[in-house]
Amino acid sequence: MTTTSSAEHTRRDFLFVATGAVAAVGAAAAVWPLISQMNPDASTIAAGAPIEVDLAPIAEGQDIKVFWRGKPIYIMNRTKKQVEEARAVPVSSLPDPQTDQARVKEGHDQWLVVIGICTHLGCIPIAHEGAYDGFFCPCHGSVYDTSGRIRQGPAPLNLPIPPYAFVSDTKIKIG
Amino acid sequence: MSGPSTYQPTNPALQWIEKRLPIIGLVHSSFIAYPTPRNLNYWWTFGGILSFMLGVQIVTGVILAMHYTPHVDMAFNSVESIVRDVNYGWLLRYLHSNGASMFFIAVYIHMLRGLYYGSYKAPREVLWILGVIIYLLMMATGFMGYVLPWGQMSFWGATVITNLFSAIPYVGESIVTLLWGGYSVGNPTLNRFFSLHYLLPFVIAGVVVLHVWALHVAGQNNPAGVEPKTEKDMVPFTPYATIKDGFGIVCFMIFYAWFVFYIPNYLGDPDNYIMANPGVTPAHIVPEWYYLPFYAILRSIPSKLGGVIAMFSAIIVLAFLPWLDTAKTRSSKYRPLAKQFFWMFVVVAVLLGWLGGKPAEGIYIIAGRVLTFCYFAYFLIVLPILSRIETPRAVPNSIADDVLAKYGKKAASAIVALVLAGGLMAGGAQSAKAADEHGGPTPPSLSWSFAGPFGKFDRGALQRGYKVYKEVCSTCHSMSLIHFRNLADEGGPGFSAAQALAVASEIKVQDGPNDAGDMFERPGRLADPFPKPFPNENAARAANGGAYPPDLSLMAKARNYDRGFPQFVFDFFTQFQEKGPNYIDALLQGYVDAPKDFALPPGAYYNRFFPGHAIKMPKPISDDQVTYDDGTPQKVENYAKDVSTFLMWTAEPHLEARKRIGLQVMVFLIIFAFLMYFTKKKVWANAH
Ligand code: FES
Repeated sequence: MTTTSSAEHTRRDFLFVATGAVAAVGAAAAVWPLISQMNPDASTIAAGAPIEVDLAPIAEGQDIKVFWRGKPIYIMNRTKKQVEEARAVPVSSLPDPQTDQARVKEGHDQWLVVIGICTHLGCIPIAHEGAYDGFFCPCHGSVYDTSGRIRQGPAPLNLPIPPYAFVSDTKIKIG
Repeated sequence: MSGPSTYQPTNPALQWIEKRLPIIGLVHSSFIAYPTPRNLNYWWTFGGILSFMLGVQIVTGVILAMHYTPHVDMAFNSVESIVRDVNYGWLLRYLHSNGASMFFIAVYIHMLRGLYYGSYKAPREVLWILGVIIYLLMMATGFMGYVLPWGQMSFWGATVITNLFSAIPYVGESIVTLLWGGYSVGNPTLNRFFSLHYLLPFVIAGVVVLHVWALHVAGQNNPAGVEPKTEKDMVPFTPYATIKDGFGIVCFMIFYAWFVFYIPNYLGDPDNYIMANPGVTPAHIVPEWYYLPFYAILRSIPSKLGGVIAMFSAIIVLAFLPWLDTAKTRSSKYRPLAKQFFWMFVVVAVLLGWLGGKPAEGIYIIAGRVLTFCYFAYFLIVLPILSRIETPRAVPNSIADDVLAKYGKKAASAIVALVLAGGLMAGGAQSAKAADEHGGPTPPSLSWSFAGPFGKFDRGALQRGYKVYKEVCSTCHSMSLIHFRNLADEGGPGFSAAQALAVASEIKVQDGPNDAGDMFERPGRLADPFPKPFPNENAARAANGGAYPPDLSLMAKARNYDRGFPQFVFDFFTQFQEKGPNYIDALLQGYVDAPKDFALPPGAYYNRFFPGHAIKMPKPISDDQVTYDDGTPQKVENYAKDVSTFLMWTAEPHLEARKRIGLQVMVFLIIFAFLMYFTKKKVWANAH
């Protein structure tokens, strides 16, 4: 040991560092599949394909709940009054400012399609309840209006809108 | 782990912890400063390899349990969906199933090393007995794990092994009922096996801690078998043993990866790719290869209770080894007679393993009895006598002397012997699986594009094969594990998503109920499985003269034939995994006129390659039956080859990814092994 030259030292150190680096790369690569397996598997992804919903049976003032990717989606056929209420509010007074127009599809203004998951901690709000005739979350009292916007309570954001499109006047495709 | 540590960390925060919980000192004294004999050879790295394998099994096992469903109706399919759908599920599953075999290979080497070098002798008796307990726990864990995929061998293995306990007089039947939680192997059995299979590895880990503790109290044995006397005999565990063990582990990983990525089903049983069926026993039941020697002993004794006692005694006798072999000299290196008998014992054990895979008939029974006698004679007669009469050679004065008197050469020949022995044993299992297929020519080995380390499916063949399946096979055979979306999967027939959707929407799927409570029909979606030709098994049987056309999803992995010795040894090196496609191809072309003297049962057809020759399936396909658009001649020969290719893909949809990643892993491991080797040389240069 005492007689090793510094050149040999460098060579040895290089070898040690290289081996350690390769080991670290290998360990990191080995961890990847162990983590990746936690993501949704191929069958779950395939089952999350878009769904079509027929709106014809939903009368004015009524709503239905469908499931897409395990999430409840509220589809609400709003009355004239509900739409007007939603549009009468000054947007700047809202906790999460957004116009009603931005939350529905043009030409289909009576249809509200929202993901029925409270933006506070994930409970399912009840439709047609609460002070704003929209949604009321029983868990911690968040109140949403007829546009699904947060008005009162601890939830920070409006109910999210799922990706969807009108296939015809009475049919939407979610996803 | 021996006594309070004198280690003091310099960092004040660590000092604070160390005062309250001396864990750093414990690790330091056990795995860093711990003195280890400087003459240990590579056989001593198997302890480290075993710890590594235990870790691999626990990690992959915990992950598999996240996706597995322990229910008789769902277990088989849940394992298949792990392999097919979960990200890297195929990798995790093959790591785990082959990991069990690697674990046993390593433990057998570890045990034989202990046997050869007398590692069980005073003061290491407790260490040895703890090892025997770990081995027993491993056997129980391995057995219960093998039941979980709920294939035919799982089910019948569980039935046979639990029935061993029925040999116990008076209470046997009640014990078996208790083990089953029912009147036969069923859902309660599967559930408890799953629970225990999850628990036992942690029990093993606990006993391993005791094992290591006992090791660190008694100190390691070494090839010379003399106790260390001075500082000069020892080197600190880190870096010396750490780096050497590390190199051993990397080499072992190359061996392991060879199985996982290239021959993942080499050690498995094709019958386990058939879902458990309580009504049909496979013609030849064989346990996993690692139980075969004991299985042979069980069968050699012509009495039920006697066989069970002999089998368990064969393991229990190991625990008494310290008192059966009382020779003062530890290492067989210095015991000329013991050394020869040791190798004879190894041969006996391997032959027993080979016999365990053979059918219990004729010469095999006699050979089994002779070898069973030899097995016990080694422990109960040879070792006690040898320790009295043998004159050992002089052992070296000290470990340092042993290092100077360099040995060598022998390790190489021992490795060759062990590899051959392991091959023979695996081969025993291989040939046993096909032993029932008496008569009939062996299907010719065709050349497949997906064979070998760089194998890839021929897309054209997959597409044509799918066409043949759809137009011909699917009229009778289901393919329940394949979904339309799979047609567009990477490494598959190469459909686009739109094409796959078009195929799917051709069929009508019953769905519902709708809001009115009615079932309705809708066009198929990508997520739907291939449609079944019959609503249920009874309908299928009624339409097919009483025979049930089996599901084809896994057919290419569920069929097998005997390759014989020494072919199966070569198969390990050539990565031969194509028995299934060879067989299917041969079967489809194997319809010929029955020989005059062959009594063909009514409703059956003669096939050269079908076991027993009388097959219920009429000749399914003839020339020009299916139109090929790409100009491939419309001959049965091509139909057979294409559909076999397609079935190989349905059985192993991630085959291409497996081989591609396998190559990357292999290249990485080989580079890493070289680096480890040179690092190890550099580190040890200081010690010489
Ligand atoms: S989850 Fe809805 S208010 Fe808390």
